[in-house]
Amino acid sequence: MLNLLWPIFIVVSIFYSILSGNIENVEKAITESTESAVTFTLTLIGMTCLWSGIMEIASNTRIINYLTKIFKPIVKFLFPEVKEEQKSFKNIIMNIIANVLGLGNAATPIGLQAMSELQKNNNEKNKLSDSMMMLIVLNTASLQVIPITVIAIRTSLGSVSPTKIIFPVWISTICAAVVGISLTKILIKVNK
Amino acid sequence: MPMTILIIIFYALKEKIAAFDIFLNGAKEGVEITFKIFPTLIGLFFAIGLLRSSGIIDLITKIISPVLNFIKFPSEIVPLALLRPISGSASMAVATDIIKQNGVDSFVGLVASVIMGSTETTLYTIAVYTSSVKIKNSRGIIVAALAADITGILVSILICKILF
Repeated sequence: MLNLLWPIFIVVSIFYSILSGNIENVEKAITESTESAVTFTLTLIGMTCLWSGIMEIASNTRIINYLTKIFKPIVKFLFPEVKEEQKSFKNIIMNIIANVLGLGNAATPIGLQAMSELQKNNNEKNKLSDSMMMLIVLNTASLQVIPITVIAIRTSLGSVSPTKIIFPVWISTICAAVVGISLTKILIKVNK
Repeated sequence: MPMTILIIIFYALKEKIAAFDIFLNGAKEGVEITFKIFPTLIGLFFAIGLLRSSGIIDLITKIISPVLNFIKFPSEIVPLALLRPISGSASMAVATDIIKQNGVDSFVGLVASVIMGSTETTLYTIAVYTSSVKIKNSRGIIVAALAADITGILVSILICKILF
């Protein structure tokens, strides 16, 4: 997919910037983009290590047992392939919880750990397994209950009711998630 | 965040487990994960930086706005809708700008907020997740994810029309 999109992005952007006489901006963006990728990675590596460590602790306490009980039906429905005793089952639950709580910094590292666990049981190593597809779609849906970042921005811009958007966000998230999950279930059946 | 950490550490103390050793094990894995996705990040940031700086997004917005206006899609939202799936930081910047320009409690400001709260950076997520396990064949997952994004954006507009 990116083998197609990535070259298109580059060619179209540079071509258009030459036509519109905007080439200096693009030149600046090239150096800036690598710098910001490095800065982003440095921020990411700190948070990823911290949260991987904290979540490792959590998965060694009884917290994970309580949470497993609550989330088992959902995970069983979305990930029928994953057995309860597998490490990926724990990872998936933790990933869903981190997403729901809006801990984006924690959700990604746990999600990636779940991916590497799922890869161990994947028969075709070069192809996403059914569970991997579902995990990705869940992580592209914004599952968080309270959209903290947006509320913070609205507060900083002087909104009279920054939290007014919570209910519409829920409706919108649920509709998007239902569409995403249903289509993934279809893709799993169609694209073997 | 602090509350979540507190609860977890509290349980670790209560159950008398070797919290720091376990923490180090987890943190070590964090280093590996980040380095695995670094090349992906460079590639994505580079291509998205080009897209933003070239002005092509503005051009596309101009071209498709009349079509979208036809289905009552507010034209102020178009650049946000285009950028949302590909870049988190860019869409956040655009959303903040839209909210500032139109007023934080205006209809457009509310729609922009709801879109930011209910969607994710799809392309980035798919790229990072698939590249972390070095998988090339993604079985068309982008179709499902983008369809979810489009649904999220359309429902955001619709629900704001109904409620506000």
